[in-house]
Amino acid sequence: MSGVESARFGRLRELARPDRVFDFMAPAQSPVDVRHGPILYLEDVSVSFDGFQAINGLNLTIDDGELRCIIGPNGAGKTTMMDIITGKTRPDTGQVWFGSRHNLLALDEPQIANLGIGRKFQKPTVFEALDVTENLELAMAGERRVWKTLLARLDHEGLARIDEVLETIGLSEERYRLAGVLSHGQKQWLEIGMLLMQRPRLLLVDEPVAGMTEPEMHRTAELLTRLAGQQSVVVVEHDMGFVRSIARQVTVLHQGSVLAEGTMDEVSNDSRVIEVYLGGDEESA
Amino acid sequence: MTTQATLPGRDRSRQAFLSRSTLVTSLVLIVGMLLVLILNALPASNALHVSGATVALLGKYFTYMLLALAVDLIWGYLGILSLGHGAFFALGGYAMGLYLNAQTSVLPGWQAMMTYFPVAALMVLLAPGLLALVFGWLAFRSRVTGVYFSIITQALTFALMLAFNRNEMGLGGSTGLTRFYELLGFSLSSEGMTVALFLASGIAVLLAFWLCRAITVSRLGRVSVATRDAEARVRFIGYRVDHVKLALFVVSAMIAGVAGALYVPQVGIINPSTFAPLFSIEVVVWVALGGRATLYGALLGALVVNYLKTVLTGAMPDAWLFILGALFVLVTMVLPQGIAGVIAKWRGRRHAAVQPGQREASA
Repeated sequence: MSGVESARFGRLRELARPDRVFDFMAPAQSPVDVRHGPILYLEDVSVSFDGFQAINGLNLTIDDGELRCIIGPNGAGKTTMMDIITGKTRPDTGQVWFGSRHNLLALDEPQIANLGIGRKFQKPTVFEALDVTENLELAMAGERRVWKTLLARLDHEGLARIDEVLETIGLSEERYRLAGVLSHGQKQWLEIGMLLMQRPRLLLVDEPVAGMTEPEMHRTAELLTRLAGQQSVVVVEHDMGFVRSIARQVTVLHQGSVLAEGTMDEVSNDSRVIEVYLGGDEESA
Repeated sequence: MTTQATLPGRDRSRQAFLSRSTLVTSLVLIVGMLLVLILNALPASNALHVSGATVALLGKYFTYMLLALAVDLIWGYLGILSLGHGAFFALGGYAMGLYLNAQTSVLPGWQAMMTYFPVAALMVLLAPGLLALVFGWLAFRSRVTGVYFSIITQALTFALMLAFNRNEMGLGGSTGLTRFYELLGFSLSSEGMTVALFLASGIAVLLAFWLCRAITVSRLGRVSVATRDAEARVRFIGYRVDHVKLALFVVSAMIAGVAGALYVPQVGIINPSTFAPLFSIEVVVWVALGGRATLYGALLGALVVNYLKTVLTGAMPDAWLFILGALFVLVTMVLPQGIAGVIAKWRGRRHAAVQPGQREASA
């Protein structure tokens, strides 16, 4: 038997192996490819609105499973950066990659969301006319087409998933209350819960503790640190105490680009940061 | 914040097809129809006899109720305020009008195919459906929302009115289509036909109500309410908002088309004035008066306003538009949730929370 033939038989035998799992039979994996590097990669991104340079040559890399805090004074471009990542705003120049396979600039909001990027808005945005469970149901990862949505029923698996998330965000007691009557803090948690239902790979959280009481803030910090590791989490926040309590890596934005990056201690001792950020903080105080 | 909203149990009315409002509305419709049939069958000398003219009038109200339902589906549950739904109603009407004309005369060109009832019935759905598909696709894809969308729907119906006024369209110009004699081989002027059309319209209302109810209690219905209240959020959890809007818009346009098709044989004429922007605005007033996002509110609003219109245009024809305007202003200020809101309050239910916010009501 020649070498070529034996190779052919080898391939046949490979096909016939009883324990073989065909690709199309395997459970759907997240399509995001992070084998060769970071989960989120922004290079030289710039965008301007009517001459105002909101983002200016921004470079940012987020690793898989990382919890990153982004701070910066008002107008530093934090929210615009999130708009770019989620497809709401298109940059004038630059590249934005999700893993090493997905060019986010070629996709729109629902496509990016379905790839696994979840976003929490600055102002809590939940569906006030629906109850807590229904809010989570809509956010649940799954079919999004119109016809399938019309026929969709909540199965046991989905209910179990909702219970699990309700437990995580501490809203089990409120499950049948309308989202509109929840307290501000509860709405923030519900929104984080909706992100969890999406099973995202990357969570973008915009000012999660704005307007929260001290105990609520602690609980949110606990929630976010628990999420990191399973998911990559990017938190934009103003509250320095909160950032200090959760952050391992901090990025400081200023006038649309990165001013400094490092641990909280490194960053808060950086003279440029003290000048633009902490100095500005005193001004506003 | 009401205390009802904090009750622990789930509000079943939002998720179950067979809620109390579905049952009551269906029952009222069915009993109402049967009652009219029975009273109509009484001898004319009887004091309770309902004349053929009244039956025809009620049949016409049914088609208006159908149109109101179509508007409520997209305005109440999706927040899309169409000020041009009369266009879809009129298109359905013209399709039916062509069919009726074709029964007694030979129509030229493509209109000849309208001789066949199945073709005509298909056109009743297709003409408004396709217009809504193309128009909606362009509008929703470009994220035209709110008042801008309302304005272009006005422009759409106005443009169609101008087009249908032209004799070159071959659709009767400003006179429109008239001289209808036969439907499915039966004479249109017979008493039996009046009753049959009344029944058909009533059944159409019932079926459309069930269809809308099925849509609004499904997950798609919850996605559409979510879209109405926080469109960006829906997009960021991965739904294609434009597809959801397009699907419901097309369904709504088709319901409006069926309403128009049932309307035409009952009133005996269809002309470009049905495309008039004023008519479409009037439909919105019916729904606002009845109460948005309840479905039965739209049915109630269409019935009440049109009954008032019949009575008042007879009593004081010049005052009607002022009364309508005053009603609209009054209801918006005093009863932002319309008649249905009052009913819900009586019942102590928490419908208030399902209603769109005040912010939208003023838009």
